[in-house]
Amino acid sequence: MSVLAEGMAGSRPRTPAGRAVAALNRTVIHVFLAFVGLLWLVPTIGLLVTSFRPRSDIQSTGWWDIFNLHLTLENYSQVLQAQGMLQAFLNTVFIAVPSTLLPLGICAMAAYAFSWMRFPFRDTLFLIVVGLLMVPVQVAFIPVLTGMRELLPDLQLTRGYGAVWLAHTAFALPFGIFLLRNFFITLPPDMIEAARIDGASDVRIFRMIVVPVSVPAIAAYGIFQFLWVWNDLLMALVFVQDSSKFPMTRAIQNLLSQYGTEWHLLAAGAFLVMIVPLIVFFSLQRYFVQGLLAGSIK
Amino acid sequence: MGVAPQGLELTRDYRSLTGGKTAARRAGGPESPKWGATILFLAPATLLLLVFLVYPAVYTVLLSFNRGRNGIFNEWVGLDNYARLFADPDFLNLGTFPPSGALWNNVLWLVFYVSIVISLGLIIAVVAARVRYEALLKAIVFIPMAIAATALAVIWKFVYSPDANIGLINALLGAVGIAPIPWLGDQGIVNFALIAVGIWGSVGFATVILSAAVKSIPAEVIESARVEGATERQIFFRMILPMVSLPISVLAVTLVVNVIKLFDLIYVMTAGGPGKASQVIAFTMFQQAFEAGQYGYGSAVAVVMLVLLIPIMIFNVRRFRTGSVT
Repeated sequence: MSVLAEGMAGSRPRTPAGRAVAALNRTVIHVFLAFVGLLWLVPTIGLLVTSFRPRSDIQSTGWWDIFNLHLTLENYSQVLQAQGMLQAFLNTVFIAVPSTLLPLGICAMAAYAFSWMRFPFRDTLFLIVVGLLMVPVQVAFIPVLTGMRELLPDLQLTRGYGAVWLAHTAFALPFGIFLLRNFFITLPPDMIEAARIDGASDVRIFRMIVVPVSVPAIAAYGIFQFLWVWNDLLMALVFVQDSSKFPMTRAIQNLLSQYGTEWHLLAAGAFLVMIVPLIVFFSLQRYFVQGLLAGSIK
Repeated sequence: MGVAPQGLELTRDYRSLTGGKTAARRAGGPESPKWGATILFLAPATLLLLVFLVYPAVYTVLLSFNRGRNGIFNEWVGLDNYARLFADPDFLNLGTFPPSGALWNNVLWLVFYVSIVISLGLIIAVVAARVRYEALLKAIVFIPMAIAATALAVIWKFVYSPDANIGLINALLGAVGIAPIPWLGDQGIVNFALIAVGIWGSVGFATVILSAAVKSIPAEVIESARVEGATERQIFFRMILPMVSLPISVLAVTLVVNVIKLFDLIYVMTAGGPGKASQVIAFTMFQQAFEAGQYGYGSAVAVVMLVLLIPIMIFNVRRFRTGSVT
């Protein structure tokens, strides 16, 4: 129970007039919260309902006309096959999985060094990492694309996923190192020192102690990074240049510019990009909220 | 193992007391760093940060003083890109009323998005704390945080549709006899329509952060104020508000960063239109560099973004140094 709710229950008014005022206040609160709930649910539900309605229905009546409701999966099959959204879904997976696992490993290693290894200028270097958090991705676009074109033309990194993997990984590092270091440093020093005294190497301490006991923090960061990449449009616009490799966000953007009023396609497409984050949200809500809250500094 | 360390400062003290040099000496371990292991752990991160962040940032700053055709240094132009940028009415036009341009639109976002997200988040957090379905309500408001800005854009293009058979808002207006309003097609309305979508997307985040902050206020403090006859309004403004000011400042910084980096939502919903009415700086950077091929000019816009973020960079580093971030 929350503080304020207890407060309400504790100060029960004694006079009939006081009770009436309290009841009115409670009614106002419920009405307000119901309004908030509807405002946040209705737009999404409207699009969800639309994604199952036949094209002809969508154009003749609004989705809220529930007396005239016919449902179909036709929109989804059309958008998945004819519009290539199935391929785009797979492309999103191909982009998101390495762009999550790579930074996870690299950040955990660097965070370990910044929390439990001794080397000169350690804290200064860490403050530089904190500073790099605020460097916008935009400053990397032109030099990285130019560099890939001029210095490594044979690799054709923007034709495949190489460029987008590397860019996502690099720009995930400042935040990931920051977050994991702040978690690692709260581990009991005795635990690390005891392992050192027993002759364990840093690699061993990292793999056998620090990573296993930090699974919740690493999971929260992993979920945050996965959804960040899954939902990204900008990096894919810049670093994925082969249209057969576009992720869903780009495919939807293309749908929108080609068929701006074909809502049966757009609604189904939008739900396909939303489905994985929604599953993650409802199944791993605690990690998810933690990851996002911690990610607020990004 | 004793008491688990809580904050950063405590952790440092704790470590210097029990670990650190003393333990190393006791164990006969090496005092000097183990270079091999250090390099192994730091090399991948350092290499990527240098190649993809540090070097490009320097390159972009230098390129902003160049014509930069094809992204290569070919013609030094001094401050010309910046002069052109700030003379461009599409970037910033203070000569009309109301002012216009991409940078001005970011200012609009800054003023309305940041203040409304924080106030609405606080109101919902405080009010929802009084009902049993608080967790459900917070989850509902938080859902947009999980969704791609691209999908948010589709949802709201749908809600805003000028066709009263499609767009809910214009259908509701039609029911009370008001003609459809082109929310995204009118230069005077479009920015506010977009800001409303941004607010819808971020309030859940503010609610969750502020809800935690409000609940950290001890129950007795509020209870004793109530017993002594404080009104709910007084409790809110004199007690709750001052005690959540630190989380609010952290939240405000986050939202300001969101505004400076804002891109996906604008690109998908309006592509900066109608005309150029809803452009923002990140959009201008993308368009100048990749659609107009003006790499030097685009670099200047990226540098403006970087400069706008530097105060926040300093804020974060300072905050971290004083140890309030843990």
